[in-house]
Amino acid sequence: MRHTISVLVENKFGVLSRISGLFSGRGYNIESLSVGETTDPQISIMTIVTTGDDWVIEQITKQLNKLIDIIKVTDMTELDHVEREMVLVKVAPKQENKAEVLNLTEIFRGRIVDSSQKTYTIEITGDEKKIAAFVELMRPMGIKEFVRTGKVAITREGVKKK
Amino acid sequence: MHTKISGAEILIESLKKEGVKYIFGYPGGVVLNIFDVLYADKDLRLILTRHEQGAVHAADGYARASGKVGVALVTSGPGATNTVTGIATASMDSIPLVVFSGQVPTLLIGNDAFQEADIVGITRPCTKYNFLVKDVNDLSRTVKEAFYIASSGRPGPVLIDLPKDVTAGKAEFTWPEIDMRSYKPTYEGNRWMITQAAHLMAKSKKPVIIAGGGVIISGASKELKELAEYTDIPVTMTLMGLGGFPGSHKLSLGMLGMHGTYYANKAVQDSDLIIAIGMRFDDRVTGKVDAFAPHAKIIHIDIDPTSIKKNVRVDVPIVGDVKRVLTVMNKVLKEEVKEQWDEVRKAWLKQIDAWQAERPLTYTYSDEVIKPQFVVERIYELTKGDAIITTEVGQNQMWTAQFYKFDKPRTLLTSGGLGTMGYGFPAAIGAQFAHPEKLVIDIAGDGSIQMNIQELATAVINKLPVKVAILNNRYLGMVRQWQELFFEERYSHTKLNETVPDFVKIAEAYGAVGLRATKPSEVEPVLKEAFRIKRTVFMDFVVDWKEKVYPMVPAGAPIDQMLFEQVEKKPEKKLKAVK
Ligand SMILES: Cc1cc2nc3c(=O)[nH]c(=O)nc-3n(C[C@H](O)[C@H](O)[C@H](O)COP(=O)(O)OP(=O)(O)OC[C@H]3O[C@@H](n4cnc5c(N)ncnc54)[C@H](O)[C@@H]3O)c2cc1C
Ligand SMILES: Cc1ncc(C[n+]2csc(CCOP(=O)(O)OP(=O)(O)O)c2C)c(N)n1
Repeated sequence: MRHTISVLVENKFGVLSRISGLFSGRGYNIESLSVGETTDPQISIMTIVTTGDDWVIEQITKQLNKLIDIIKVTDMTELDHVEREMVLVKVAPKQENKAEVLNLTEIFRGRIVDSSQKTYTIEITGDEKKIAAFVELMRPMGIKEFVRTGKVAITREGVKKK
Repeated sequence: MHTKISGAEILIESLKKEGVKYIFGYPGGVVLNIFDVLYADKDLRLILTRHEQGAVHAADGYARASGKVGVALVTSGPGATNTVTGIATASMDSIPLVVFSGQVPTLLIGNDAFQEADIVGITRPCTKYNFLVKDVNDLSRTVKEAFYIASSGRPGPVLIDLPKDVTAGKAEFTWPEIDMRSYKPTYEGNRWMITQAAHLMAKSKKPVIIAGGGVIISGASKELKELAEYTDIPVTMTLMGLGGFPGSHKLSLGMLGMHGTYYANKAVQDSDLIIAIGMRFDDRVTGKVDAFAPHAKIIHIDIDPTSIKKNVRVDVPIVGDVKRVLTVMNKVLKEEVKEQWDEVRKAWLKQIDAWQAERPLTYTYSDEVIKPQFVVERIYELTKGDAIITTEVGQNQMWTAQFYKFDKPRTLLTSGGLGTMGYGFPAAIGAQFAHPEKLVIDIAGDGSIQMNIQELATAVINKLPVKVAILNNRYLGMVRQWQELFFEERYSHTKLNETVPDFVKIAEAYGAVGLRATKPSEVEPVLKEAFRIKRTVFMDFVVDWKEKVYPMVPAGAPIDQMLFEQVEKKPEKKLKAVK
């Protein structure tokens, strides 16, 4: 099963390679990983998306916790949370499809962040399903380039777990 | 007064604050200024080994024998890379070390400078933590953190990389308080879990304790003995656990696992409850994991949560320090549980006795040729178990585990997890520094001893009375054993025969004493002579090369499917390795 794990780390030299080394050394998958500073510049937050059965995920969270620089590990999958990812898609639609591209971008609440005679670059933010759906719809339009940030996740407040 | 001193001086001051007496090391360009400070120092001794691997193993032997942190100091580049095997050895066996490596000046890092190696990158996966110090003002704090990390929680090696400009730079010496918000080991076990465990132990009809290296690390032998004796539960040990519970105790089943005793493995496989204490269910212990202890519930006490449920299912996990957990457990058992288990236990212990009678740990003695097990047995009897034994790796190690009864913790120093040939001799040197008055013996193989034989110089120059008993079978014996059993006696590159050097002459060439025994009748005189001489002694025991370590569980088989010595002269049944 896929899990989104949020990791609070000391913003120290080499911490990223400690984490990636842990995953590669023990044969765990990383589907995506995103890193950024928190409001405290000494602390960074990483969001790691990984897959594995319950045994593997339990080991992953324990092994992460064991790393000296890691302050806190939260398996978001077990909590009520919001996940978002941003993608930038550069499409080169035929003339007759241009309206469709703009239309879909609007429906998905995306934004055109760059355009040229032949291309549009669209920014889309959303959860996995939304992004997958958008990409599927853009595919026939002619995707030239595609980049994604990797997921970030945050817990929800004040709403009881269903 | 705010006087500034050099980084090298700060380093040495910091080591003194940590109570360090010995540094095992080897010099080179970028650590010259540190060595210079040590030149005049009277309280802190640098022990010059003859190889950096030897330095780290010696620091490791010192740590295992004393329970303190072992310290090594080497130069950059090749000096640093030579430490990797030593660091990985310590890491696998949870041994506290702080290793200092010199590094090229900070400005040159990353430029492929002369003798530059990214040792922090190289050792990241085999240290508990490592540091690159970039500012001399961070140095003392870093040393303090390193010692704290190395020795707390589940211990392990820590490396500190010291660029030359950092040790040459100047700063004020401070000894700050440290508080690491991201590193807080758990020592106290969960009280509710402990109570659950105690009730399971009271109810169990066929319980077994498996004691591991964690018992020794934690210093919990007394608590373990109290637990076993109060509940009448038999105790088997991992290789790393030997000495954590007295091997000569009536409740001791000796070692379990691949070369464990038949009765230990039978007891584990037949048990209804396993109490695993400070051990990590290594595959040498479990054999085929799916077939391991099929009827047992498992209580697992370990300070490292990742050890729990890593390899086997666990019913009652208790994260904490063995000594503290067992102290509470013993109290709960005596005050809250107090079940009467005498009768149930009697039947179980009788069953174990029957297994022991069926297949005791034996070998076939010979008058003509020295059996290696005989040498180990004689060492045990002559020392009355009162010695520190180190081993190399292979058959020598397993025979030591089987035929020497370790009664006290920290008396067996052996590379279990990494299985490093060449560990035993430098480790014995380190142990002798920790216990100058003790008899320290490395039980070696003729292959392994050649991997760090240069440390003879270190032993001789420091007048260490370390003894090395070489079980010389002229083969890489353990590998040869596998080839005999699973590769139809094709001894591919394991025969050392003519190329085994004359160990007596080698010893003498270094200024040590060399003795040799070729007949069983010479074994005891040679040992007695060696123990009498207060110098470094190599004993060359020319042993039966055909001897194998039995019992043996073929790799990948359940641990109660063991091979035994075939006593009759029938041709040995050929077996295929499962894996
Ligand atoms: C040739 C060869 C053959 C071998 N054959 C065998 C064999 O037949 N049988 C065998 O048993 N081994 C054998 N070994 C050794 C084996 O490879 C492992 O090293 C050994 O089994 C590990 O022992 P352990 O589980 O006690 O773990 P250790 O490596 O000693 O680990 C200690 C455990 O205790 C925990 N711990 C540490 N401190 C504390 C504390 N204060 N409180 C609580 N927990 C703590 C740690 O987290 C860890 O989980 C062999 C090795 C070699 C080289
Ligand atoms: C550094 C290293 N290289 C290779 C091995 C693989 N190995 C394990 S046991 C063994 C043979 C050891 O031979 P020897 O030291 O003569 O001991 P014996 O088994 O004969 O007692 C080898 C090569 C190892 N454990 N360590």
